[in-house]
Amino acid sequence: MAVATPGLFRRFARNRAALLGLIILIAVIALALAAPTLYPRNPLRIVGPAELWPLQDPRFPLGTDSIGRNIAAIIAHGARATLLIGLFASLTATLIGVTIGSVAAWFGGWVDELLMRFTEMFQVVPGLVFVLTIVSILGGTVQNITIAVGVVSWTGIARLTRAEFLTLRDREFVQACRAMGMPDWRIVLAEVLPNALPPVIVLSSLAVASAILFESAVSFLGLGDPQVASWGRLVGEGRTLIRSSWYISAVPGVAIMLMVLALNLIGDGLNDALNPKLRNR
Amino acid sequence: MLRLLRRRLLQGVPLILGVIIMNFLLIQAAPGSFLDVMSAESQVSDPAMLEQLRVTYGMDQPVWLQLVKYIWSVARLDFGFSYRQNMPVLDVILASLPATLVLMLASLLIALLLGVTAGVVAAVKVNTIWDNLLSFLAVLFFAAPSFWLGIMLTVLFAVKLGWVPVGGMMSITAANQGVLDVVLDVLHHLALPAMALGLFYAAVYARVMRAAMLEVLSLDFIRTARAKGLGRWRVVLAHGLRNALLPIVTLFGLQFGTVLGGSIVVETVFSWPGLGSLMLDSVSSRNYPVVLGVLVFSSIVVILVNIAVDLAYLRLDPRIRAR
Repeated sequence: MAVATPGLFRRFARNRAALLGLIILIAVIALALAAPTLYPRNPLRIVGPAELWPLQDPRFPLGTDSIGRNIAAIIAHGARATLLIGLFASLTATLIGVTIGSVAAWFGGWVDELLMRFTEMFQVVPGLVFVLTIVSILGGTVQNITIAVGVVSWTGIARLTRAEFLTLRDREFVQACRAMGMPDWRIVLAEVLPNALPPVIVLSSLAVASAILFESAVSFLGLGDPQVASWGRLVGEGRTLIRSSWYISAVPGVAIMLMVLALNLIGDGLNDALNPKLRNR
Repeated sequence: MLRLLRRRLLQGVPLILGVIIMNFLLIQAAPGSFLDVMSAESQVSDPAMLEQLRVTYGMDQPVWLQLVKYIWSVARLDFGFSYRQNMPVLDVILASLPATLVLMLASLLIALLLGVTAGVVAAVKVNTIWDNLLSFLAVLFFAAPSFWLGIMLTVLFAVKLGWVPVGGMMSITAANQGVLDVVLDVLHHLALPAMALGLFYAAVYARVMRAAMLEVLSLDFIRTARAKGLGRWRVVLAHGLRNALLPIVTLFGLQFGTVLGGSIVVETVFSWPGLGSLMLDSVSSRNYPVVLGVLVFSSIVVILVNIAVDLAYLRLDPRIRAR
């Protein structure tokens, strides 16, 4: 008789909403991967009459924008940029956050004090204001937006990692490693870090969602790369036509919302699956 | 209380110093200075004149000296000079600040009212259709980008229904009307932007409030209150709500900065003449003294709000006071 320890996925899948989120995410990833096959030519070229409403012409299921570009093609190609920026910005944030949080907690003392003040510094600067400044200085390429969003998103992860490290640092298994003469870097990387990661992963997955919102805001404001198809940019371009063709803004906005919604639901599901103790919070 | 205030203010000083240094160096990294844009706009190409402008703005000096001078002037509340508006940066910021504050406060008010109400109702009617419906709405508004929500609200309430204006802060005719008319006019313009910005935070508050309420309502003192015969809603509102509000206060302080950032985007959607519009204009015209000013100024505001939140804690929670 095996003790019931349901696997990670089973615990995750028990949360129906999380499962729905995962399905949406997989659909968007599939769309992003299929984009070059579905719409092999540049999605930003003009292909038909302007301001054609959705479901009017089978060639343009989501309609065309103000100058006759295929909205479905922009959505499909935009999914790539959205996913890539969201993922890499969150990875950047996790990397910075975990490094700073673990170093601060492991060494303690003045290192901790200094790094936490450094973290606070990034916490008090309003994130979007900072992102816009960085992007306007370095230019609105995909890489720069990713870095800028990563740079403003790591503080929560750093604080959480630090808190986890502090509770783990003096546990018996860590003392045992010390007694065995294991070098510090190995204890940190091989023993403490894996135990500290589960809650951090939850926060990282939520950081993907907020990174996508940051990116869409930057693009919406017209500071992104004009050569790259982007959902946020399309919302901004459709803005001038809300009297005649409000669908141009509506469609990419729904895409952003679904994507963020899915990631938030997945984050909640991961939280349930990875931190069963915290489930009812 | 005063001791805490003094300690927190003192802790804030190095923080502000750090923020200034970080942002100053960031802006130094910019290729091309605002002098390039300025001279291009006013078509100055005479090298002697350009050199003189560089001297006027202190840009011929080494970076560290510029930095020290900037810190010294910020300490005297001088954020530099904006060539674009031909005004001191602080004056430019202060001119846009009221519009942003009005928008932020209105949004936070909407967020508090809707969020706390929704959270309390969802917690009291937990696992009913009301709870599910409110939680669904919260998840939805939590994921909707504010600028998109703003556009959709505009389509519905301004374009289709014609209830409210599409943008701006007041009507052109408002200037020669009474105070009450002006206030009503501004409120009329404020409704949509405040909703667009506020609904996201309403969703956040609703989720936090529901969780906090569920926790508080399961505690013994609630059962005692019920046992002594108090009505259900009286227990919920007078005993439960009061204790569940603390996390909301924390969130308020933590999120002040994000609300400020959010208002940038919403302001551009509704042509609201606040800090956000100023920031975007300054970013695109490389008006770095103003960009730096807004960054430093808003960071100082966030620090001050967080200190205020700490002090509010002392009043709200006697347990903290005892420590």
